[in-house]
Amino acid sequence: MTVTGSENDADGPNGTAAPAEAAPAEAAPDTAPGAARGVIERRLHPVTPLRRAWAPVAVLVGWAVHDPDQAQRQLTRLTTTGLLIGIAVLIPAAALYGFLTWWFTHFAVTDTELRIRTGLLFRRTAHIRLERVQAIDVTQPLLARVAGVAKLRLDVIGTGKKDELAFLGADEARALRAELLARAAGFAPETAHEVGEAPSTRLLNVPPGVIAVSLLLTGATWGTLAAAVVVPVLLWLATHSLWTVLATAVPLAGAAGAHTVGRFVTEYDWTVAESPDGLRVDRGLLDRTHETVPPGRVQTVRIVQPLLWRRRDWVRVELDVAGSSNSALLPVAPRGIAESLVARVLPGVSVPPPAALSRPPRRSWRCAPLRWRGYGLAVTDAVFAARYGLLRRSLALVPHAKVQSVRLTQGPWQRLARVADVRVDTGAGKTVAAKLRDAGEAAELLRAQAERSRTGRRDARPDRWMTGD
Amino acid sequence: MRRLLLVVWLGLLTLAAGLLPGVFASPAWAAFALLPLAALAWGWVLLERNWRSWRYAERADDLLISRGVLWREETVVPYGRMQLVEVTSGPVERHFGLASVQLHTAAAATDATIPGLDPAEAERLRDRLTELGEARSAGL
Repeated sequence: MTVTGSENDADGPNGTAAPAEAAPAEAAPDTAPGAARGVIERRLHPVTPLRRAWAPVAVLVGWAVHDPDQAQRQLTRLTTTGLLIGIAVLIPAAALYGFLTWWFTHFAVTDTELRIRTGLLFRRTAHIRLERVQAIDVTQPLLARVAGVAKLRLDVIGTGKKDELAFLGADEARALRAELLARAAGFAPETAHEVGEAPSTRLLNVPPGVIAVSLLLTGATWGTLAAAVVVPVLLWLATHSLWTVLATAVPLAGAAGAHTVGRFVTEYDWTVAESPDGLRVDRGLLDRTHETVPPGRVQTVRIVQPLLWRRRDWVRVELDVAGSSNSALLPVAPRGIAESLVARVLPGVSVPPPAALSRPPRRSWRCAPLRWRGYGLAVTDAVFAARYGLLRRSLALVPHAKVQSVRLTQGPWQRLARVADVRVDTGAGKTVAAKLRDAGEAAELLRAQAERSRTGRRDARPDRWMTGD
Repeated sequence: MRRLLLVVWLGLLTLAAGLLPGVFASPAWAAFALLPLAALAWGWVLLERNWRSWRYAERADDLLISRGVLWREETVVPYGRMQLVEVTSGPVERHFGLASVQLHTAAAATDATIPGLDPAEAERLRDRLTELGEARSAGL
């Protein structure tokens, strides 16, 4: 009781300060109608403090694991009463910390922005412009699913770390996502509430069996498993020290688990749906994730094919979206389906067939003795497509409208072989390189690509995809 | 400026290579000082060539920057893609009356810098690029 009492006192100045803080911000010209209605600030779901309360406990546990000897010594020194006092101090402190961080986190949706105010000692106010939002994810970790809450994450260009709202009620998170997307799409603010979740049509679902087989056919799976078995055995033979073996075996086993079971669990029940708000990806066995990529935000599409998938002609499709780190659009699918999906992500783009890719000239073997065979390039009206990789083939597609700059590089060996590399830089911080092109061709490509990237923007879709502003 | 750095560092190295063996071993070992000295002369020539290789051209719709002797690089940035144009001038650059112009696009990999400009030219270039960028501006 005393805790909450003191909290209410602390809230007093904060509560009065909040409207004063919001008022000048509202004076921005394009939010003028919002000023009349006022901005409703909301708090996160009351379950949140429980999550935050884990932080101090986790720090203690981390210390104990990191330095077991000293932890042991400290523990023996503690008497029962000392322990009780410690617990009596620690738990309310953790609870207070969790409560305070929850109390000081507010968010509000205005006509053009999502505002997040957070921080106890270091205040942080984030104003996120909705038409710049690159993707919105709703994720539900296992425990959050039990509690019926969800996390909302926004990808914005230029922020390294994701802005997230954790946690919201599951329904509230879904409604908020729909509202944010409706506003980002340019619906009138009055109707943005009622637009609701855009209807979606399910495009495809990846069966669990296919995912399991695809993982069995991936080199990384067997590589990590083999490492987890072989390295500890060799170490045991070499050192006969149990601790050394355990210290290496545990992380290796963890990596192996993450590559096999972990990937299966995250890729389980992978469903791709299409809606006017963009592509929806729902996935996960324990942690459910719902991602939405609005149209026109995709900077690069990569079609990856590991060696063992070649016989079945399966591919994996990855996306690069500015400001986002997660990338897979499709963990595994037959090439035909994957290509039709790519055509939906990048309208008007057809994936060039392998035969359409032109290879580097034969003389370029001097620069990259084996790898030169893997390189390939095709330029169509819509995309710049470059392939690399001998065993694991990766074809990267960049729409001309997304090219930020074009570079031509040539090292001394390449000069001797009269070849050069052409690189295009995209907004997602990725560079796609067409390597070892004939020097004359490369110079022509540099000129033509600059021209195409300049004109390609004209028929690109608008930022607000519903109203066309 | 890079020449200055080269002279300072290799000069120190020459001294070190000349003095240390000369003091601790026989003076004949001091001949090792010739190695950094040769590197200095060579680097002097190389930097001269590298400096001469920097070029930029304001074209109708994009900016072309070309540089390098052995490792050649040409960068093309369409004016519409520029997000930010920066003129920077460090203390040493200021001492020699120089400034550099740096272009930023949404792609972090775009490394479009034009170093060693006359400050007046740098400012003219910045204003011109900003003007062209505004006229042809496009989002991501």
